[in-house]
Amino acid sequence: MKHTSGISIAGLNKTFGAAQVLKDISFEIAEGERVVIIGPSGTGKSTLLRSLNFLDRPESGRIRIGDLAVEADKASRADILALRRRTSFVFQNYALFANKTARENITEALITVKGMSKTDANNRADAILLETGLAEKADAFPAALSGGQQQRVGIGRAMALDADLMLFDEPTSALDPEWVGEVLDLMRRVAEKRQTMLIVTHEMQFAREIADRIIFMDGGKIIEQGPPRALLEDPQDPRTKAFLRRVV
Amino acid sequence: MEALDLEYMWALVPILLGYVPLTLFMALIGMFFALVLASLMAVERVFRVPVLDLFVRLFISFFRGTPLLVQLFLFYYGLPQVLSVLTNINGVTATIMGLTLHFSAYMAESIRAAILGVDRSQWEAAQAVGMTQGQMMRKIILPQAARVAAPTLVNYFIDMIKSTSLAFTLGVTELMGAAQKEAAGSFLYFEAFLVVAAIYWIMVEVLAFGQRHLEVYLSKAHAK
Repeated sequence: MKHTSGISIAGLNKTFGAAQVLKDISFEIAEGERVVIIGPSGTGKSTLLRSLNFLDRPESGRIRIGDLAVEADKASRADILALRRRTSFVFQNYALFANKTARENITEALITVKGMSKTDANNRADAILLETGLAEKADAFPAALSGGQQQRVGIGRAMALDADLMLFDEPTSALDPEWVGEVLDLMRRVAEKRQTMLIVTHEMQFAREIADRIIFMDGGKIIEQGPPRALLEDPQDPRTKAFLRRVV
Repeated sequence: MEALDLEYMWALVPILLGYVPLTLFMALIGMFFALVLASLMAVERVFRVPVLDLFVRLFISFFRGTPLLVQLFLFYYGLPQVLSVLTNINGVTATIMGLTLHFSAYMAESIRAAILGVDRSQWEAAQAVGMTQGQMMRKIILPQAARVAAPTLVNYFIDMIKSTSLAFTLGVTELMGAAQKEAAGSFLYFEAFLVVAAIYWIMVEVLAFGQRHLEVYLSKAHAK
């Protein structure tokens, strides 16, 4: 189902009321590249991710995923659907469908959105549940799962969609510390498959380990970006230096 | 005070029970159409479709703002005078129409509130996996709203069962009408209306029993 990838974001702007949260954001992601976004809270990292699939609608800019290009200011409902079907999203608060079991959380979009048969969707879901270590929880509803288990289902749901770009919005920030490890392990496994990933996280060690590139954002802008070692050990901009002094 | 004529009451039970199917028929058909109409109106109210929204709000305002009895009289005695297609409307049809429209107005507001109560994360997750608005509503939002709205909707259904007794005023011999006729023949009004009250009461209690099972069923996803 994957299309040719290669993603480019050009001149993305987003305001909430009087506050401009994204200021002319432009960057590219190569196929199979794993990019991590870091930066202080309230800097627009999550908004950037949510703008890419129009959970927050950007006012202007251009998003291109493979051969699909969408102009933010004139995006139609069909454009937005197309964009969402090329991406998958892992939420900070898991956002599992509360009325669906773990397996159904994975199969629902495969069946209703991708038109897959129920049998095929169930097979795919069971394979993914096995991979995420949740085979025994297939028939459990989200309310009966721990935070870590819910987030693993959330990642499984996104994996199943086989999207051109997987977006992770602080996937471990809402977890009790005891569950963070298992979620990061699963994300490492996704990364090993050379899945194109864009991850917002505060887990610096994890970022260093799996990122091909780290982007540092502050005040709605990309301040600096580069390979993990270079950015984390030899940051150029004083804002990057200040941030890294605080968190590392 | 004279003693109740228990023998008469006992004899009346099978006669009146014969009218229970008609009462349930009117209530069930009314409930079905009211649910469909209310769900459509509730979804419209959430998305606020231009122009249509005005009509829906007017509809809800009118059917909540006027007595059911007035609405039934309008459908049965009034409308046929201006709309020739309704000339042959019978009392049962007029009752079902009245119940449907009247209760759909109330139910639309309950369902709308329940929809708006579904957590934002559920809407966003459905959008993020690429669902259309229709898919999102049918698969994710409405089933979750149903759980919240169920107790209120069952209450409306109970009210609707009891309101079928108003069909009596349109000349329909249903449960209440039958009791009235029996009483008029025997002059035992207290006995006759006591029996009919008991029959309504038992029907509602049976339904309340079903309600508890429905709520358990709808809450199965939320059991820890």
